[in-house]
Amino acid sequence: MSILVNEKTRLLVQGFTGREGTFHSQQMIEYGTNVVGGVTPGKGGTKHLERPVFNTVAEGVKATGADATVILVPPAYSADAILEAADAKVALVVCITEGIPTLDMVRVSNVVDKSKTRLIGPNCPGIISPGKCKIGIMPGRIHKQGNVGVVSRSGTLTYEAVYQLTQLGIGQSTCIGIGGDPIIGTTFLDAIKMFNADPDTHAIVLIGEIGGNAEERASEWIKANVKKPVVGFIAGQTAPPGRRMGHAGAIISGGQGTAKDKYAAMNAAGIHTVETPADLGSKVAAALK
Amino acid sequence: MKIHEYQAKAILARYGVATPRGEVAFTKEEAREAAQRLKSHVVVVKAQIHAGGRGKGGGVKLTRSADEAAETASHILGMTLVTPQTGPQGRIVRRLLIEEGLDIKRELYLGLLIDRETERPVFMASSAGGMEIEQVAKENPGAILREPIHPAVGLQAYQARKIAFGLGLTGEQVTAAVPFLLALYRAFIDTDASLVEINPCVVTGDGKIVALDAKMTFDDNGLFRHKELRELRDLDEEDPLEVEASKYGLNYIKLDGTVACMVNGAGLAMATMDIIKYAGGSPANFLDVGGGASADQVKNAFRILLSDPEVRAVFINIFGGILRCDVLATGVVAAAKYLQVKIPIVVRMEGTNVERGQQILRESGLNFTIAEGMKDGAQKVVALAGGAR
Repeated sequence: MSILVNEKTRLLVQGFTGREGTFHSQQMIEYGTNVVGGVTPGKGGTKHLERPVFNTVAEGVKATGADATVILVPPAYSADAILEAADAKVALVVCITEGIPTLDMVRVSNVVDKSKTRLIGPNCPGIISPGKCKIGIMPGRIHKQGNVGVVSRSGTLTYEAVYQLTQLGIGQSTCIGIGGDPIIGTTFLDAIKMFNADPDTHAIVLIGEIGGNAEERASEWIKANVKKPVVGFIAGQTAPPGRRMGHAGAIISGGQGTAKDKYAAMNAAGIHTVETPADLGSKVAAALK
Repeated sequence: MKIHEYQAKAILARYGVATPRGEVAFTKEEAREAAQRLKSHVVVVKAQIHAGGRGKGGGVKLTRSADEAAETASHILGMTLVTPQTGPQGRIVRRLLIEEGLDIKRELYLGLLIDRETERPVFMASSAGGMEIEQVAKENPGAILREPIHPAVGLQAYQARKIAFGLGLTGEQVTAAVPFLLALYRAFIDTDASLVEINPCVVTGDGKIVALDAKMTFDDNGLFRHKELRELRDLDEEDPLEVEASKYGLNYIKLDGTVACMVNGAGLAMATMDIIKYAGGSPANFLDVGGGASADQVKNAFRILLSDPEVRAVFINIFGGILRCDVLATGVVAAAKYLQVKIPIVVRMEGTNVERGQQILRESGLNFTIAEGMKDGAQKVVALAGGAR
């Protein structure tokens, strides 16, 4: 099994006909994701990549029975795209876009939190259940179907962990990039709860970074509820305070959100922590024995 | 993006936030003229740099005449101001705020920011004005009032009253504080700010509420819709290499180590800095070239890394997903040849077309060290940089 996405997932691409939309849609189709169509306002009624294009998400959902969308539109239009998908009652919305204003996400999350929609991202690589469904921009071939759940705030760092696991012959149930922004849809805690409930996920990899306290909150819950082995890493041990390290959310402010605090919380929760991402794969292998 | 105090006060004043009368001055003469126009008993000369703690560093002085203000201005302009927030190297003062002095009865703290946990703007207030809020939070967390604001309706008058009464304000002071707080919130939202801080906010002898200091930081992601704010950027306050990098869309932060790094992805870039430290070295920078770096970006990234005189070796750590290793290798070779790089370069590549990428590096005739994995790469580059410092 896997969480959130599988071979039955029917995906619409918002921003389907753009340069990014086209490239990543092709990649997703090649991977075997069931891309049922896309949305580009003004191009409704045409075909793109042999699939129908719709003017609105609602039309697309009605015509195709889509239950997920992926958003590949520029930051200025992303809040609108997320709200449109939530309004069309899409169950899962994956927003890849980096650079959305924080106040836009404040308004969006206020609406999405009260809807039936689960948002992943923004500023994330997406979600993949290897061998079944890839929604996002991650390189599909480094993944392998299996029983380790991976959740991370960073894209390339997730690839790093997944690649090590695959090299060691350890497959993944589902890998979720939750995104590097300060305000995101699905959190570490949400993902950990789902992985914990999934019988085919036997171990969990949690890759955090400086800023905020989402890792601490997940650790508290893990301590009380999770029996499966959890392996953890935090990026940014050497990051200077007060500087935004690439990701909008990766900033130590007012002494809060340091790697040291996060490691302390993870260690207290019995999480198997590693000091460098180079050891993630071997630590999972050891934890699964 | 940060701005100066005088710029923040000008923005806030447009929203109806009460601020002291004052003018910016770039020279001694401008300071004198500004002080004369103020016709104030006390004139305050305030150094304008993008860092707090200016008073402690000698960057804020009270004067009693226009001549004294001008004299003081000539001392502060051009000085290297060192405060707890500037680091030991300090900042050169190039601008001053010449402001009227006020009759201060009480000093309060006011702050507005986005609370990540509740995903809402939150007003923070404390009667310990002048103190850093982090210090208050550590020593007396109960003394901080927190008022979360629903983004759909914004700050309401009852919330402003709650804050005012919570700060111990009375009568006319509360009447003055409510529009002050509402204006502050409007300014925060309208400008896509990530932080507005009034520390201190003062109560004057005649019961007025005035922003004696003001700090505004804007969300970089929101700047695309605020042309007028982008023009307030002061490049003198930023590291020259960071300014240069930003021209090419590169995410670069200068640090004080000797191992330069070039990485794709922010998380991996942070982890690369960490692993350099773990291997006994010290990172010279954070650099994320992004997922779709072009040959031109790679070249510029290289040039910027190498213009840091402390750099002894370079570590290139790339996980090729969408970015193919052969494309990257071609870019790296071209850049290294063009820039005639003399210092050692360790390359660790993984992912799409990695064999082809490594072949390009080997056949380039340049002195690349190819690493197997991140840890191996970090150990090799630290050794080449001359080990630990």
